[in-house]
Amino acid sequence: MPEQRRLIFQHIDEPGYGNDLACYVRNGGYEVLRRAVQRKPEELIDEVKKSGLRGRGGAGFPCGVKWGLVDRKSGKPIYLVVNADESEPGTFKDRHIIHKDPHQLIEGIMITCFANNVKQAYIYIRGEFPEGARILERAIAEARAANFTGPGILGTAYGCEIYVHRGAGAYICGEETGMIESIEGKRPYPRIKPPYFPAVLGLYQCPTIVNNVETLCHVKHIADMGGEAYSKIGTPNNTGTRILCVSGHVRKPGYYEFEVGKVTLGQLLNEVCGGPLPGRTLKAVIPGGSSAKVLRFGERFKGKRKVGAEMVDYDWGVEDIPMDFDSLGMVGSMGGSGGVIVMDDSVSMVDALANINAFYSHESCGQCTPCREGSRWMQRITGRMVHGVARAEDGALLKSVADQIAGRTICAFGEACAWPTQSFVLKFPEEFKSHEEAKKKADGRAFELA
Amino acid sequence: MSINLKPETLARIDEAITHYPVKRSAALPLLHLVQEDLGHVSQESMEWIAAKLEVPAIAIYELVTFYPMFRQKPIGRRHIKVCRTLSCALSGSYRTCKEFEKHFNTYPGEVSPDGEVTIEFVECLASCGSGPVVMIDEELHEKVDQARACQLAVRISAEAAARK
Ligand SMILES: Cc1cc2nc3c(=O)[nH]c(=O)nc-3n(C[C@H](O)[C@H](O)[C@H](O)COP(=O)(O)O)c2cc1C
Ligand code: SF4
Ligand code: FES
Repeated sequence: MPEQRRLIFQHIDEPGYGNDLACYVRNGGYEVLRRAVQRKPEELIDEVKKSGLRGRGGAGFPCGVKWGLVDRKSGKPIYLVVNADESEPGTFKDRHIIHKDPHQLIEGIMITCFANNVKQAYIYIRGEFPEGARILERAIAEARAANFTGPGILGTAYGCEIYVHRGAGAYICGEETGMIESIEGKRPYPRIKPPYFPAVLGLYQCPTIVNNVETLCHVKHIADMGGEAYSKIGTPNNTGTRILCVSGHVRKPGYYEFEVGKVTLGQLLNEVCGGPLPGRTLKAVIPGGSSAKVLRFGERFKGKRKVGAEMVDYDWGVEDIPMDFDSLGMVGSMGGSGGVIVMDDSVSMVDALANINAFYSHESCGQCTPCREGSRWMQRITGRMVHGVARAEDGALLKSVADQIAGRTICAFGEACAWPTQSFVLKFPEEFKSHEEAKKKADGRAFELA
Repeated sequence: MSINLKPETLARIDEAITHYPVKRSAALPLLHLVQEDLGHVSQESMEWIAAKLEVPAIAIYELVTFYPMFRQKPIGRRHIKVCRTLSCALSGSYRTCKEFEKHFNTYPGEVSPDGEVTIEFVECLASCGSGPVVMIDEELHEKVDQARACQLAVRISAEAAARK
């Protein structure tokens, strides 16, 4: 069985490991920050560039590149917004960092702020984490009292304040420009890019860095071991470790941390998570949060990929896919937020899609017609199918609606809501075809998924 | 246009406003604080917040109508949120929700006839590996299958009876 490599989650399951400052400091906490503030900020940015760290929030964008895009000449303050919205269904890693190791996050935030000359940071935490918000507020107060945040930290002239900002139940606040609007006290309507790239025109029209909670924790470890050493963890272009959150139909769902690309989907589900429930077989898996395209057990993926300097052929089943950004992209899905949702042969794909569509139609912010209307239509069609009224053309109709959303909207929610429908209909055509089939399934059955 | 907030709420409101360079940014924190204190956000509350932040009342009203967590009407004494989204649904959250509905004789979004609970069938609570997940007020409960839901419901009813 592949071994976990715990960097971010090194301590969280240790008996007696608490979320207070004393415990964190006992375990060597804030020593990395202490060393970091003695270095030049540019050196720290360089370490992050060298590390190859890619964002853990969803898009996998290189963190060092993002920091490099920040407009440092505008004369305006630079803000850091910490994305603790954790709203992508299937994802529950930031919850554990916040609840069990908040100081690790604060140390990562402070190193990031120092490196980028940020004087004010906001942690945007989803409204559904009231306890998490209290824990963070207490941790920030502790860190401030110990001079790790606030004015003039650790005997330097550099100071930075961190504030917690609570959301209020809207998924779209996880999208970075929606999040910025939300901090400004507005509806979280995502902004059009260009011109509103956060690195240039972000919070209060000032340059702004938005990073995920887990990403910022990695920054701490990069500052600790150096970018070069960090880049040797994981696989080329997919460096470091990553927390995978497994939910649904396996025996041992939960969070697992691996070097990126060093575990395959098959190893993860069958060995680490104990395989399917008794008497069941695995049918489908969504590998990167509910908006990632679904994979069907039994399908094969062929092509050429780069290994070292060479191009080699690959021919993978679902089980063979390494869990890294590039491989999951190559098979037409994505690593996304790291949320792996597993479905076994008891699940009707129509039911599952109807459940997902209900989520997206509830969460569309409503600015763009294709997304607002399309997400509703996809929900209504699959909702009707679940209740036994299906037409032969429904598969084609669903595809046509989804195709008209993706690529035609202000923010990536458009793709997020189209991809499930596109992939479910393409990969399970037999379940979206027949009225008879739908009727048979609907008769005498509790609607358990939609 | 005056509302009756506790002194500590007022203190926290003043503190929250200092966290931002622009007052309007404190809208969400103020809405949370007012709702926690008064149970819901009335029109008077919205107007009060608007005046406090020097914005037109519509700027607050449009938040209350957009963000799912804010409510304009009182709810039951206890707030039960059952997760509806895929991972929890795969582990049986539709049945869990039905169990609460049956016990309290109510539907999602409604206040139960005795005024004790409001059940909501909400979207992902970010604890998908231990579904079905339920939040009762601010407390998270994991792996709440039908039997566990029944136990929790009985406990809530017993607490309600003890109060009377
Ligand atoms: C609809 C939508 C929802 C998102 N939700 C989240 C979220 O809950 N958490 C998160 O970290 N990123 C989320 N993102 C990605 C953010 O927009 C942003 O890319 C990310 O926070 C950047 O951080 P990273 O580079 O550290 O990953 C979402 C994006 C979209 C389009
Ligand atoms: S794509 Fe959807 S969620 Fe994004 S801005 Fe448009 S309507 Fe809003
Ligand atoms: S799906 Fe229920 S907590 Fe995420």
